[in-house]
Amino acid sequence: MIEIEPTYLIVIGFLLLSIIICIIRVVKGPTAPDRVVGLDTINTIIIVGMIAFGIAEKSVIYIDVAIVYALLSFISTLFIAKYLEGGEF
Amino acid sequence: MLAFVVTTILCFITYLLLTTGSGTLGLWSLEEILFGAILSLIVGFLARTILIKDNFRMANPVRWVIFIVYVIGPFFVSMAKANIDVAYRVITGRINPGIVKISPDLKTDLGITMLANSITLTPGTLSVDIDEDKNDLYIHWINVKKKALEKKPVDYKYVCGTFPNWIRRIAE
Amino acid sequence: MLSEIVDIIVYILLAIGVFFNLLAGVGLLRFPDVYTRLHAGTKCTTFGSIFICGSVVLLGLKYWIQGNPEYSTLSIHTAGALIAILLTNPTGAHAIARAAHRSGVAPVRAIVDDLKNKTVEKSAKKKEVKK
Repeated sequence: MIEIEPTYLIVIGFLLLSIIICIIRVVKGPTAPDRVVGLDTINTIIIVGMIAFGIAEKSVIYIDVAIVYALLSFISTLFIAKYLEGGEF
Repeated sequence: MLAFVVTTILCFITYLLLTTGSGTLGLWSLEEILFGAILSLIVGFLARTILIKDNFRMANPVRWVIFIVYVIGPFFVSMAKANIDVAYRVITGRINPGIVKISPDLKTDLGITMLANSITLTPGTLSVDIDEDKNDLYIHWINVKKKALEKKPVDYKYVCGTFPNWIRRIAE
Repeated sequence: MLSEIVDIIVYILLAIGVFFNLLAGVGLLRFPDVYTRLHAGTKCTTFGSIFICGSVVLLGLKYWIQGNPEYSTLSIHTAGALIAILLTNPTGAHAIARAAHRSGVAPVRAIVDDLKNKTVEKSAKKKEVKK
């Protein structure tokens, strides 16, 4: 049986492929909300990639960064949505 | 006073969960426990009016047990169904969308938030907007059934099954 | 013996997770408008994240039982990240959908739109307040 940690690097390769597909949507997207949907999806995939990289490198610090990144990307998504809505902050 | 105690205990549990494996005293070291206690006292004092507004309904452990059963049982099953459904629609491209209004008749903010999040993650539905006076939800539905449109607002059984009954037991 | 079974379960969970994350990207490309894209982007990434994070938690637990206590930190922090994803992802999708509808993006090929009339009423009310 092969080692299990390098498998996570292959997983990160597939996640990168998925991110590239999302970037096509961000560049093409006809309206602004389309681009925000693409960015939101990219954020989630990056969080999962950080977790996979954390166990591939056997280091906890990547996963701590992933938690903080999840909360920050959520707040940025809320702000962009509020801006698109035309509301006041 | 009780709000302060509950907030402090929640903060302390979160701190302990995030610092496991730091020492020899069980899973923690003595410094971490002391520092966490001081920090959670400060945060509990500052945030005592924010986390808990007026009632202590969610402090009842029975509600938490029902919540965990709900997440593991019906919620996870319908989430798996949702993803197979989306996979089918991605591959065939067969969609029939529309925005419908449902009135689930929930009263608390927590309940309506949980229902909106559950609807977003379950088959073919996505919550778009909320009527804040009557707590009605507007749902984007990817495959509208003709039968459901006969009555307005649409019966929630077609959109989200028995979720409102579960959430009424948890949050109200 | 037991550790090999755990390894096989981890491989299966990883395969499912990667499949659904790729499906999210393909769905973003193929669907025709914002709302259906949100369906793909939210549900599939959340479901895929559950499986990949679940495999990491399982692997951490396996090493923990085999006698490496530092892996407990890895498992518990991954579970925390998973809870953060589960809470924030649908809420963000809800915010984007509401913003899209209020900024005037209509659902493509919709056969019913109950929200249209309500938006008009609300904007009229807002103007009155501003005057």
